[in-house]
Amino acid sequence: MKPMKLLLAGCAIPLMGFSGAPVFARMKVVTTLQDLASLADAVGGDRVETFSLVKGYQDPHFVDAKPSFILKLSRADLLIAAGLEREIGYLPPLLDQSRNAQVHPGSPGYLDASTGCEILNRPVQQVTRAMGDVHPYGNPHYWTDPENGRIIARSIAAKLTELDPAGREAYAAGLAAFEGKLTQKEQAWAAKMAPYTGTKIVTFHDSWPNLARRYDLNIVGHIEPKPGIPPSPTHTLEIINLIMTDKIPLILVEPYFDLKTPKFIAEKTGATVLSFYPSVGGVPEIKDYFALFDYNIDAFVAAMKGKS
Amino acid sequence: MRPRKSFTAMAIILGFGLHPEVRADEKAAQPETSGAAQARETRATTPAPEAAKVSAPPTAEEVEALRREIEELKKQLQTLRDELRSALLSGPGAPSGVAPPGQTASAPPPPPPTPGPAAPPPAAPSQTSNYFNPSVSVIGNYLGVGGSNGTGDLPSSSLRESEVSFQAIVDPYARADFFLSFGEEGVGVEEGFATFTSLPGGLLAKVGRMRTAFGKINPLHLHVLPWPDEPLPIVNLLGGEEGWIGTGLSTALLVPLPGDVFSEVTVQVLRGDSGELFLTAPDRGSLAYNGHYRVFSDLSEATNLEVGVSYGLGPNGLTPTSDTRLEGIDTTLRWKPLRTATYRSASLRGEFIRSRREDPLGNQTTDGWFLSGEYQLAKRWFTGARIESSGHADDASQRDRGKAVLLTFWPSEFSQLRGELRRREYADGETADELLLQIQFAIGAHGAHPF
Repeated sequence: MKPMKLLLAGCAIPLMGFSGAPVFARMKVVTTLQDLASLADAVGGDRVETFSLVKGYQDPHFVDAKPSFILKLSRADLLIAAGLEREIGYLPPLLDQSRNAQVHPGSPGYLDASTGCEILNRPVQQVTRAMGDVHPYGNPHYWTDPENGRIIARSIAAKLTELDPAGREAYAAGLAAFEGKLTQKEQAWAAKMAPYTGTKIVTFHDSWPNLARRYDLNIVGHIEPKPGIPPSPTHTLEIINLIMTDKIPLILVEPYFDLKTPKFIAEKTGATVLSFYPSVGGVPEIKDYFALFDYNIDAFVAAMKGKS
Repeated sequence: MRPRKSFTAMAIILGFGLHPEVRADEKAAQPETSGAAQARETRATTPAPEAAKVSAPPTAEEVEALRREIEELKKQLQTLRDELRSALLSGPGAPSGVAPPGQTASAPPPPPPTPGPAAPPPAAPSQTSNYFNPSVSVIGNYLGVGGSNGTGDLPSSSLRESEVSFQAIVDPYARADFFLSFGEEGVGVEEGFATFTSLPGGLLAKVGRMRTAFGKINPLHLHVLPWPDEPLPIVNLLGGEEGWIGTGLSTALLVPLPGDVFSEVTVQVLRGDSGELFLTAPDRGSLAYNGHYRVFSDLSEATNLEVGVSYGLGPNGLTPTSDTRLEGIDTTLRWKPLRTATYRSASLRGEFIRSRREDPLGNQTTDGWFLSGEYQLAKRWFTGARIESSGHADDASQRDRGKAVLLTFWPSEFSQLRGELRRREYADGETADELLLQIQFAIGAHGAHPF
């Protein structure tokens, strides 16, 4: 059966007008985040082979610059990074040692996925570290808005076409299929979230401004007193008061934060703690970019229904 | 964004030589607004809705918005006029006029006003902007020591090191890193090198002054060590508290191994003198050499192992031909589950160094080692322990031993408090119990975390 299938595929590919991508010449795409790998897979299909440095369930703020990543980068045709200095803690030394000038920022093999995306919370005044671990280029969790996902997919398609012109049609087809499905999915997600417009929520870290804006959620507080600073007793009390006064139903927590404080707050206030996944791969069910929203939105809706 | 736009607009409207302060502000604002410029670009690509808006009859709201904008522009024009007047009145002796609020911190001191109507084109920003300035950071390393120690001579309280770093990309082929180490009294170039990152054949070359790639600890700067002090084998066998720093050329090559195993060989050729390790090189031909080979492998997603071997050689200056040879082996085992909701990690590291020193009065062969473990208790808390032992390079009959326990707290990624309780038994018979309290703080650019 298998050889038969291969034979058929061998015939079908030239017939379909593809210029024939031999299996061994697949574009090696390294991404920092699993979300970007998922988008590259969606666009590139069989013509790309992706590897993500950061796992979806890992805290992307603390990533080790392991030498094994140097190997991956040394063999890469394309590096897709989230940009906005999100990777500043580990990517620069890896790139310096990669011996692969092709994927350095400014070279054709480097793509900053934030380009063209809508970036929120760009500081308008002078930033200092008294504000915690602030991101001077804006909030780096921008792919949590599906419309930004669309922009990233387009950038990836353009970049892949530039590096591998023979795959032009394949990438265009991959992008078209992705965008078609995304448009459909967006309607479904919007419909599911519509009843919860304006819902006030508290989140652990400031990871969700893009998602909140897309679905009209109102983030009124964070469990971290400042970005990157763990919960403090006084701030936790303030949050408890806030939740009581504003009758906030949900506390969203990224999978890589300790649940102790959120659970304590939930006990005191009756709010529900909901694990909310900022990245593909956060749990095994979140296999790709669509599943990321499917999973989170379903969990959100279920939690809200449980409240009423 | 709007004030910046209107600054430019005003400069054109005013129609005389671009006011120096405006120019300075433009410079200062440039790097900050690169994001804004991007946003502007994005907007420019979608002109259709805006054009449609213009053709429609203006609503009351739009008229109101325009009116506000005109008011604002008028105010800014007035401020600029005032500034210009005050700058002209105060003359070149006191060029600092009234800087607009919010710009003072980053604006360079404005150049003295140039006489005459010199009119550079206002649209072209100066190429000498600080956009390409290197990333700058300063790391302070304070050490307080209690207890008595007649052999080691750490002061009771010292700003042991202020490390200033300048790092930037040189051109498409190289980057440069400078680390200046300010003691309380003197300054030294701890490292200063260019790294050529796009050489053919998978080579990576460094030229300049650098911490020698001998073992795992020697290449690291003091402030990234898991202890406030250097372990004994580094101090006794690699030339003192500073370790082995050399000036010369370093090349590193990846050696392909099956699977995803990383391996790299480094060869360094350095000037033949370095601190107390390699002394008074007799002539230009006497050089020091170092070779290092390391293998790194992920044993699982959470666990990885690194093993390295090193060999160093250099003239020790005792006679014109006598050398010191160094052999080393280092290993690091790390465990860090990626699902970090519990914030646990651990690492175990050890290093063994043998020194063979040719001496006309009798060759000295001795060795030293340390073994150290670190365990993360909570997100910001680490505990650790270290045992160490080392002979003296110049007298193999002498041996120092030590043990230490540590506790480290990181208030944030940019500061660190550490306590070490240390016992050292010196070869001269003294046993010193000490408490070392280290406080480190970093300002400036966010450097990469060492691994």
